Amino acid sequence: MTPDRLLVWLPADQRKTLLQRLLIVWAVALPVAVATWINHSGDGLPHRFDVSLVYSYAISTFIWLFTDAARFMFKGVLRAQAPFYWPPALRAGLMLLVGIPLGYVLGTLVGDAYAGWSTWDLWRLNTNRFIGMLLSTIAISAAYVAYFYQRGKAEALASQVTQSQLMLLQSQLEPHMLFNTLAHVRALIGQDTARALAMLDHLDDYLRTTLQASRQPLHPLADEFSRLGDYLSLMAIRMGPRLVFELDLPPTLATVQVPSFILQPLVENAIRHGLEPVVAGGRIELQASTDGAQLVLTVLDNGCGISELALADAVKAWPLPLASDPASESWGLSHVRQRLHTLYGERGSMRISAVATGGTCVVMTLPLTTPV
Amino acid sequence: MNTRPSALIAEDEPLLAQALQRELQALWPALHLAATAGDGLSAVQLALQHRPDVLFFDIRMPGQNGLDAAAELAEEWPAESAFPLLVFVTAYDQYAIQAFEAQAVDYVLKPVRADRLAQTVKRLQNRLQQRTTPNATDLDPVLSQLRSLLQAPTMATPAATPLHMLQASVGNQLRMVPVSEVLRLEAADKYVRVFTMDGTEVLLRTPLKELMQRLDSQVFWQIHRAGVVRATCIESVTRDETGRLYLRLKGQSDLLKVSRLYAYLFKAM
Repeated sequence: MTPDRLLVWLPADQRKTLLQRLLIVWAVALPVAVATWINHSGDGLPHRFDVSLVYSYAISTFIWLFTDAARFMFKGVLRAQAPFYWPPALRAGLMLLVGIPLGYVLGTLVGDAYAGWSTWDLWRLNTNRFIGMLLSTIAISAAYVAYFYQRGKAEALASQVTQSQLMLLQSQLEPHMLFNTLAHVRALIGQDTARALAMLDHLDDYLRTTLQASRQPLHPLADEFSRLGDYLSLMAIRMGPRLVFELDLPPTLATVQVPSFILQPLVENAIRHGLEPVVAGGRIELQASTDGAQLVLTVLDNGCGISELALADAVKAWPLPLASDPASESWGLSHVRQRLHTLYGERGSMRISAVATGGTCVVMTLPLTTPV
Repeated sequence: MNTRPSALIAEDEPLLAQALQRELQALWPALHLAATAGDGLSAVQLALQHRPDVLFFDIRMPGQNGLDAAAELAEEWPAESAFPLLVFVTAYDQYAIQAFEAQAVDYVLKPVRADRLAQTVKRLQNRLQQRTTPNATDLDPVLSQLRSLLQAPTMATPAATPLHMLQASVGNQLRMVPVSEVLRLEAADKYVRVFTMDGTEVLLRTPLKELMQRLDSQVFWQIHRAGVVRATCIESVTRDETGRLYLRLKGQSDLLKVSRLYAYLFKAM
């Protein structure tokens, strides 16, 4: 059997970190062996350093096997899922409750076989000492679990954040839009310097705030609207009379915090899939309003309307399989939905509908309060 | 060539159309701009009307995109004159560019740069000169190029989950049509008319192109820009005196036109 076939139970991206944890466990087992060896000097039992080493390494390796490696071996039963591979609380608790004592017993048996005596006799000889050893094993294991749990969670979170930042950037810095804008600036430079400058300024504002927003998860609604204003102004220079837009933000809502660029993919869809295909172009309206304690954001266009197929995909239960291509309509929608869900859970929602007179209407609802 | 070569520019953004025109004038003063179109539909009409030697087609255009416009033009092009040389223009479209490279189709990127455009112009001039007999028109190479371009993935489908049921809203009710019962599809603008084997007909508000990405192309054959049939239901194919192919489906009386682009499916004819 090849090493790869032996390791099928272990996801490739987890091999390095699992090995790292084993090495940490082994590194700590050495001082533990030294400590127990020194401790033994006081009691009447024969003591040899090699015996302490065998106990320490056997017990720690078995416990590592049953609590860490087991998460991957039995990920189906334990319901341990990528990217973090920690089972839900109840299953994780059961795994530790079984894994730690089992590892302790097996490790002790190995040590006993090496030393040629039975640790279980200690129960009779020196009960306090036996319980002390057992408790210290459990304490060390618990410390490991807590440490590795925190570390793994922090890493998984960090990679999730990086990934969503990347996706956000990718959606905002759509290459087609950038190169088309550059082509316009290039065309305007010799002809109409004032318009070329105005276009560059919009692009500058847009790029700057896009990069800023990718680092900051929330910003005031006024910023959101003004960035969309920049984007739409750029598009309006390109599309000329084919694009008319209107932004409606009541002054009372200007400071409400919203996820940065949450409306961007919707406005982009409205242009790309709604207005661009229509020879006469059309109109986009952005509105902010409130409904009780909820903020309601609406993106309405009178373009060619979302197809029944795309609509059927869009209303399917979350989470959707993420579309792979940023150019597809559902890509933007699924990412908006995912961000809303991460930030607000059930309190954030998005509804897409076809307008009877032609066009598409997207209504987003989120709590007026800032998420914690 | 005894007359001045002519060109048509199809580009929906007027500023970019003007810029391309200026660059072309500087590099190729003899080229006469016959017309400029702002969308994919009028591009075809103007090209048929002016019959230029060179076409500059933007990929993303309203009405229909540059590829579809070129395909429609190839369909309608009169047999007596040579098909124009095609150059596609795009700002960024990774799939299309891959396809252009693979098919050796001319393209220029926006912003259009003088040095890159000069290469294209040189190649176009050479090819125009090589056209010894101006009315000899062999559309086959053009058709096969266009077919490959149209079949290339211009948009990666989201995990392309195959469809089993079509859902069409009729008034306030939802009609469910199993894909296995579909006989043929007919595109009408942004709608698709679905004909089932038991003779019913429903209207689906989805472009044919989008629908085709989710159907098995082995089962459903595209025979026309606007027509798709279930391959196993084709009864016969006939050729009329002008060389056009027509299909008849089992149990149906009407004839369905096969476009030049898809005539290769019925090679034995």
